[in-house]
Amino acid sequence: MKFGIVVFPGSNCDHDCYHVVKNVLGQEAEYIWHKETQINGFDCLILPGGFSYGDYLRTGAIAKFSPVMKGVKEFADGGGLIIGICNGFQILVEAGLLPGVLMRNRDLKFICENRYLKVENSDTPFTRLYNKGEVVSIPIAHADGNYFADDQTLKRLQDNGQIVFRYCDADGKTTDNANPNGSLLNVAGVCNEKRNVLGMMPHPERCAEEIMGSIDGKRVFESLIK
Amino acid sequence: MIAKIYVTLKNGVLDPQGKAVQHSLESIGYKEAQDVRIGKFIELKLTEMPKSEAEKKVKEMCEKMLANTVIENYRFEID
Repeated sequence: MKFGIVVFPGSNCDHDCYHVVKNVLGQEAEYIWHKETQINGFDCLILPGGFSYGDYLRTGAIAKFSPVMKGVKEFADGGGLIIGICNGFQILVEAGLLPGVLMRNRDLKFICENRYLKVENSDTPFTRLYNKGEVVSIPIAHADGNYFADDQTLKRLQDNGQIVFRYCDADGKTTDNANPNGSLLNVAGVCNEKRNVLGMMPHPERCAEEIMGSIDGKRVFESLIK
Repeated sequence: MIAKIYVTLKNGVLDPQGKAVQHSLESIGYKEAQDVRIGKFIELKLTEMPKSEAEKKVKEMCEKMLANTVIENYRFEID
């Protein structure tokens, strides 16, 4: 399977994703520079974390107009698998490929720590190797991860099973205390209605091999491999 | 010509930055500051064109890039 990792000016988790795909999972991986206008021959695209365009104006607001995004949209429309992690998630919501928006964290701080997540939907190409309701620990590292959408959109997301990950405590309870950033409904990751595009603030690529202390994120990538 | 664009958070969207500033104002004695909402001010120089056309262009810019209309409102003046 061939993964394309989209590199924007300011991406900084691109190498981590490349490493996991290539060296940990033994799959093909290739970087796609944001100036590319054609995306051909890939099975899955990763929009990695970082600070594309310095987060100027709003996170993802400028990256969504990078030339590569036209190809990314076409890839999504054609049913191609796309995962946006952290800044990648922020870019996907700005581009309209996922609903909602990621605002400044509730306490205005950059938060870098392990968080418990509940797998709300295991019936997606990204989570099929997890159990529904399973609690995993995956690190977050962001200042703008406070998920917001209007009530109607939130209800639609719930009804359609588009909320994939929610912040929770060690027992799987999605309490306000377990919510690091103020996200509505403790949302940590959502997918589109067709289930081929996922965005998540936590970093599964940072916990995909034992030497990193946890392999809780590895199955996100393994789930994608056919 | 110059466009002055104001981007503000919609009512109902929490503004933790505004809250922090309000608390701080209160702590230095300004109890009259009831509610603080922080937004963005963008000043943009445009090529000369009829005002109606400029208004159309700036509206497009706001919708496409300068504001995220999921959470933000915008208004502008053109001189």
